[in-house]
Amino acid sequence: MTELFIRLMRKPQGFVGVVLLALIAAACLLGPALAPYAPEKIDFLGRFRAPGWQNWLGADQFGRDILSRLMVGARSTVPLAFIATFVGSAAGAIIGVGSAYLGGRTDEAIMRTNDAVMAIPGLLMALLLVSTLGNGAGNAVIAIAVAFAPGMARVTRSAALNVRNQDYVKAAIARGEGARWIIFREMLPNVMAPIVIESTIRVSFAVMLFATLSFLGVGAQPPASEWGLMVADARQYMHQAPWGLIAPSAAIALTAIAFNLVGDGLRDALNPKDER
Amino acid sequence: MTLAWCARRLMLMVYTVIVVSMLVFAITQILPADAAQSLLGENATPEVLAALRARLGLGDPAWLQYARWARHVFTGDFGISMRTSLPVGPEMLAALSRSLLLAVSAILVTLAVAVPLGVVAALRQGRLTDTGVSLIAYLGVSLPEFVTATLLALLLADTWHWLPATGYVSPLEDFGGGIRHLALPVLTVSLILVAHVMRMMRSETLDVLKSDYIRAARLKGLPERTVLFRHALRNALLPVVTIIALDVGYLLGGIIVIEEIFAIPGIGRALMVAITTRDLPSIQAGALIMAATYAVTNTFADMAYAFLDRRIRYD
Repeated sequence: MTELFIRLMRKPQGFVGVVLLALIAAACLLGPALAPYAPEKIDFLGRFRAPGWQNWLGADQFGRDILSRLMVGARSTVPLAFIATFVGSAAGAIIGVGSAYLGGRTDEAIMRTNDAVMAIPGLLMALLLVSTLGNGAGNAVIAIAVAFAPGMARVTRSAALNVRNQDYVKAAIARGEGARWIIFREMLPNVMAPIVIESTIRVSFAVMLFATLSFLGVGAQPPASEWGLMVADARQYMHQAPWGLIAPSAAIALTAIAFNLVGDGLRDALNPKDER
Repeated sequence: MTLAWCARRLMLMVYTVIVVSMLVFAITQILPADAAQSLLGENATPEVLAALRARLGLGDPAWLQYARWARHVFTGDFGISMRTSLPVGPEMLAALSRSLLLAVSAILVTLAVAVPLGVVAALRQGRLTDTGVSLIAYLGVSLPEFVTATLLALLLADTWHWLPATGYVSPLEDFGGGIRHLALPVLTVSLILVAHVMRMMRSETLDVLKSDYIRAARLKGLPERTVLFRHALRNALLPVVTIIALDVGYLLGGIIVIEEIFAIPGIGRALMVAITTRDLPSIQAGALIMAATYAVTNTFADMAYAFLDRRIRYD
C-alpha cells in the first residue's frame, strides 16, 4: 500500500492529482469553516462585483461571494458523486463477478443483456430515472449509480474471467464452497485493482454527470451552491459577470482532472511494465 | 466475415432494441406507483386521473401494457403527444434528422482534426508537442458539455460576435445561415470527441509502430513515409471505427445538453421538453429512438470493422 502510494507520487501526473484531491477533500471537510463569507449572504451593493480584495473570485447577481459558495458547494457536489460511483461500482462489480462465476450460457445471457442496457447513454438513463423518481440530489445519486453499473459490470467481468480459471477458485469449488463465498471471498478481492482504477476515473464522470443534471434543473435544487447549478445561474448574467461562470466551471474541471490523473496514475503504478 | 456472423450480429441488435424498449417502458410507466398521478401532478381532479388511467391502460398487468405499447411502436405508432396532441413519431423523427446533421458534422470535423493530431503526438512521443496535445486532450475529457458550450458561447458569440449564440436554421433553406448556426454546437461536440479520438489514435499509433511488421518494413529499406502511410496508419486507423461508434453513444447523451443550450430543435431538446412537461409518449419515443440509433450504429460499425480487418475471423 505504502509502496503503491510512493510509486503513484513519483510520477508528475500522479503527484498533481493527489495534491488536487487533497485540496478538494479539504474544501469538502473545512469549506464552510474557511469560507470568508456565508454562502447565502446577500450584498446588494456588491452585485456583480469583479474579482478583487473584497471578493477574491467576484460576486454573483445577489452579491454573494463566489469563492465562499464554491467552497461550501464542494460538499454538495463531490461527496455525492463519490457515493454514486461507489454504489454503482459495487453493484456492477457484483454483477460482473457473478456472471464470470456462473460462466457458460448464463454468463453469455447476462453480458448480452448488460451490453443492451449500455445502449442507453448514461445521461439519458439518469434523466429517465430522475424524471420518474422526482427531481433532487438524492434521486440524482441513485440515477447515476444505476447508469454506471452496466459499464462496471463489463470491466469487472473481463477481469474476473481470468480469476475464475485460477487454481484457488477451482480448489474452493472442489471444497464445496457456496457461490456467495466464492464470489465475495475468493474472486472479488482478486479483481479489486481494475475495479478501483475504473471507479476512480468514473468519479470524474460522476462529478460531471451530477453537475449536468443540476444544470438541467433535475439534480440539486436552488439555493444549494452545487457547482452545476451555479453555472446554470450564472449563464443569465454572463455579460455582466463572466467570473460567475468561469469559477464553478474551473472547479468542476479541476475535480474531474484530479480524479482522472489519480486514476491514470494508479493504473501506471499497478502495471510497472507499461511505459505509456 | 461470414453471413452467419452478420445474421447473429443483427439478431443481437434486435435483442438490444427489445431490452431497451422494456427498460424504457418499465422506468417511465411501470416503476411509478401511479403513472397518471405523477404525470398530472398533485392537483389533478379524480375524473381527469381516471380518464388518463383508462387511456394508458394503467389498470392492466404490466406485461399487457408493454405488449400493447410495443405492438403500436412496432408499426411506427408512438402514440399522441399529451402536450401538442399531435402524433409523436413523425415529430421525433424530424427532430432526430436535425440531431443527426449535428452529430455527423461533428464526427467529420473530429476525424479531420483528431487523427492527424494523434499521429503527430505519437511520432513526437515525450516531446513538447506530445505533452501539449495530451494536455488539451485531458482538458477536453474533464469538462462537461454544458461548461464547454457555455464558455465557447461566451467567447465566440457574446464577446467577439463571430457566431450566433442560439437557434437553428435549416441548411436546406439557407445554407450559409444554417452552417453559421451549426458552427458553435458542432465545435463544442467536436472539442470533446477530438480529445477522446486523439488519445486513442496516439496510443494505437504507438502500438503499431512497435510491431514486428513495421520493423520488417523499415528493415526492408522502405522510405519512412511509405512505412508511415502505407503500413502504420492503415492499421492504426482501424480501431477508430469502433471508437467513433462508441462515441455515438456518448454523442447522443451529450446532444441533450448541447441542443438545450444552443436551442436546436433536435431529439435531445425534444426529450428534455417532454421530460419537463411530463409528456409520457414523447419521453418513451425519444428515449427509445435514441437508444435504437445507438444500437444500429454500433452494429454497422462492428460489421465495417470486420469487413476492413480481414485478419479477424469471427466464428
